[in-house]
Amino acid sequence: MDKRSHKLIKRTFASTITCLSLLFFTFSQSLYAENSFTLPDMQDVIRVLSLQDYNTRIVFLGTTALGAVSGMIGTFLLLRKRSLLSDTISHATLPGIALTFIIFETLTGFGKSLPLLLLGALLSGLAGMGMVILIRKHSSIKDDAALAIVLSVLFGLGISLITLIQQMPTGNAAGLEQYIYGKAASMTTHDMHLILSITIIVAIVGILFYKEFAILCFDVNFAVSQGLPSTRLDIILMSLIVVITVIGLQAVGLLLVVALLIIPAAAARFWSERLFINCLLSTILGAISCFIGITCSALFPKLPAGAIIVLAASLVFALSMIFGTSRGLLIRFLTHYQLTQRVQRQHLLRACYEHLETSGALQNKTDPDIPFDAILTHRLWSKQELEHNFKKAVREGLLELKAKNVFRMTDNGWGQAQRVVRNHRLWEMYLIEYADIAPGQVDRDADAIEHILEPELMHQLEDLLQAGRYGLKVPTSPHKLQPAELIP
Amino acid sequence: MSWQPIDTWIVLTGALIAMSCALPGSFLILNRNSMMGDGISHAILPGIAIAFLLTGSRDWYAMLIGAAVAGILTAILSRIIERFGQVESGAALGVVFCSLFAMGLILIRIASDKVHLDPNCVLYGTIETAVVDFRIVPYVTLQAAVTLALNLILIFLFYKELRLSAFDPSLASALGFRPEFMRYALTTLTAINAVMAFESVGSILVIAMLIVPGATALIVSHNLKVILILSLIFAAMAALIGHLMAIWFVPYSFNFMLSGSHFSAVSSAGMMTVASGLLFVFCLIISRIRQNLPL
Repeated sequence: MDKRSHKLIKRTFASTITCLSLLFFTFSQSLYAENSFTLPDMQDVIRVLSLQDYNTRIVFLGTTALGAVSGMIGTFLLLRKRSLLSDTISHATLPGIALTFIIFETLTGFGKSLPLLLLGALLSGLAGMGMVILIRKHSSIKDDAALAIVLSVLFGLGISLITLIQQMPTGNAAGLEQYIYGKAASMTTHDMHLILSITIIVAIVGILFYKEFAILCFDVNFAVSQGLPSTRLDIILMSLIVVITVIGLQAVGLLLVVALLIIPAAAARFWSERLFINCLLSTILGAISCFIGITCSALFPKLPAGAIIVLAASLVFALSMIFGTSRGLLIRFLTHYQLTQRVQRQHLLRACYEHLETSGALQNKTDPDIPFDAILTHRLWSKQELEHNFKKAVREGLLELKAKNVFRMTDNGWGQAQRVVRNHRLWEMYLIEYADIAPGQVDRDADAIEHILEPELMHQLEDLLQAGRYGLKVPTSPHKLQPAELIP
Repeated sequence: MSWQPIDTWIVLTGALIAMSCALPGSFLILNRNSMMGDGISHAILPGIAIAFLLTGSRDWYAMLIGAAVAGILTAILSRIIERFGQVESGAALGVVFCSLFAMGLILIRIASDKVHLDPNCVLYGTIETAVVDFRIVPYVTLQAAVTLALNLILIFLFYKELRLSAFDPSLASALGFRPEFMRYALTTLTAINAVMAFESVGSILVIAMLIVPGATALIVSHNLKVILILSLIFAAMAALIGHLMAIWFVPYSFNFMLSGSHFSAVSSAGMMTVASGLLFVFCLIISRIRQNLPL
């Protein structure tokens, strides 16, 4: 990567972070500016956290179960690369809800029964999924466009139907609004039982099909070759997604239920590479975000609960992205830093060794002084870079400072240098002998790989090149050693 | 049903908004980035809310800046998460826009104490009441016309770059056109369109205006210029048919089916998206028949 794009990335990063901090600043400022959003006192916090209220307990149980199960199923959705399908499904439930309401309101005079509305939502969610599949199958329209079309058209239909409901003499559409924005606080015991039993069923189905889903997510072709009905499994997985979306409608609302499916699963990916642990973690993270969200919304009753749950999940995601032990930014940055440091150190040691070799100091066993300037011409490195490397090597006890800008190798450094140069030259010889690369070219090729050669591979190389005859000595370079050409 | 002058203005405004959205939308589809339209239309909510909170009024320029910043932020953040976090692109977008939208909902809840701002209005807009704000022509119509002109000019000026970045990003970058930059520019334009349209059609329905006409045109033709012109035509048709359905067809049929009820017009913006969806299905069926393929 060249310097310009580095600069561009840095600038982008800086401006993004500025924007984000501005966003958070305004956010927190406006939270405090309003008198209605004062911090709750300690008593309230304890009361909410210890689940003393019956209502809090119900809401807590319902949403946490929802968060856990959606985290679990979301893992498969993420691995199947269909995350945004859940967004389409959740939007597609709106016309079903509205239509069910209209039909039952006019037929029976009572349309606001939760199971019926959820059944309507389920049917229209499934219909939306079917439409996406049909468009994908019968036209050249790509996946993403098909998702966007179904999402927006069905949502538009739903909104038109809601304006129809607003005109109904008996119906008040205010009750339907909770399915759009979610209203966890209004959950009754009855609703909680419904949510709990459905989440348990979904979880059981997910566990029963765990192995099949795993194969489906990682290798569809393998699944087919093993005789698994991949299409049917896909439909089962997507149906589970629809069910989760539908029962999540009441708690977090159809606009944000997708977050519960995507965010915990994506956050769990930063912690582990193993599917089982991933799945477990995603379940836990989903439950935690829901718990934090519900607690916060119990403390700030004026704020919408669904949105707070999602923000809690985003916070969990951000923390996972930074601190995750497997793919987190910090750990990756650290390993990358260590690797570059090692590469730099090995380059320096090899340069020193080769300098001693070419200057004849090695053969004559004379005073092995290493002047700074001689090493500077050895590779294309800048003065500052090399000074930094020398300082580091002295600190690590590989070299010692004899006079100003004159160094001498320590025993430890000498041993390491020999090993590095030996690895380099064995690989060069391998390239010349087996890969038919011209001796003038091998230096750079070996340069790229010598730092990551494993001991086992080195033993194989030794056997292959019958390097045993060298013992542990360093073979002579197969090509002419020359200082790097300086860039004019 | 009786056709009032206001109906003409509603159809005209809807058509202008749909047409101006259809232009960047077609390129979004070609970039295989359609869901970015979805993401942006959600994510501009905090931008708008912060603009409201900071200025304390509903000035269009503050909204525009807020939405544009939020739109670019969505694109950049999802790119960062995708690249540095190694998350699949769809999921990265989902994480970003859900978080921003949630933040926007909370901010709007706070702002609603100060400024009159209804989340419903942001989500599904009120084209019927928006056109009432009148001076020779309704304010929103003028706004939509200006947006369309801006889109036409920008697409005309950067036609070559946009086309190249959409069809062959590697060639574009080899020729020095910087497809990544064009992608962000397109995102910004989408955000501007979304904020211009949100007051009248609502932010979710913007997605339909962005994607569906372009997708319909893509079924009919494979020539980019024809696609762009067709998407404009389909957008205008969807606005007209949608409004007719809203004020006449839907209330009439529901009154017919549920005897004794007296429904009047439903949301025009909602029916415009339904109409664009119907146009899409119609074109899909026609193209299947013309190619002698089974439906």
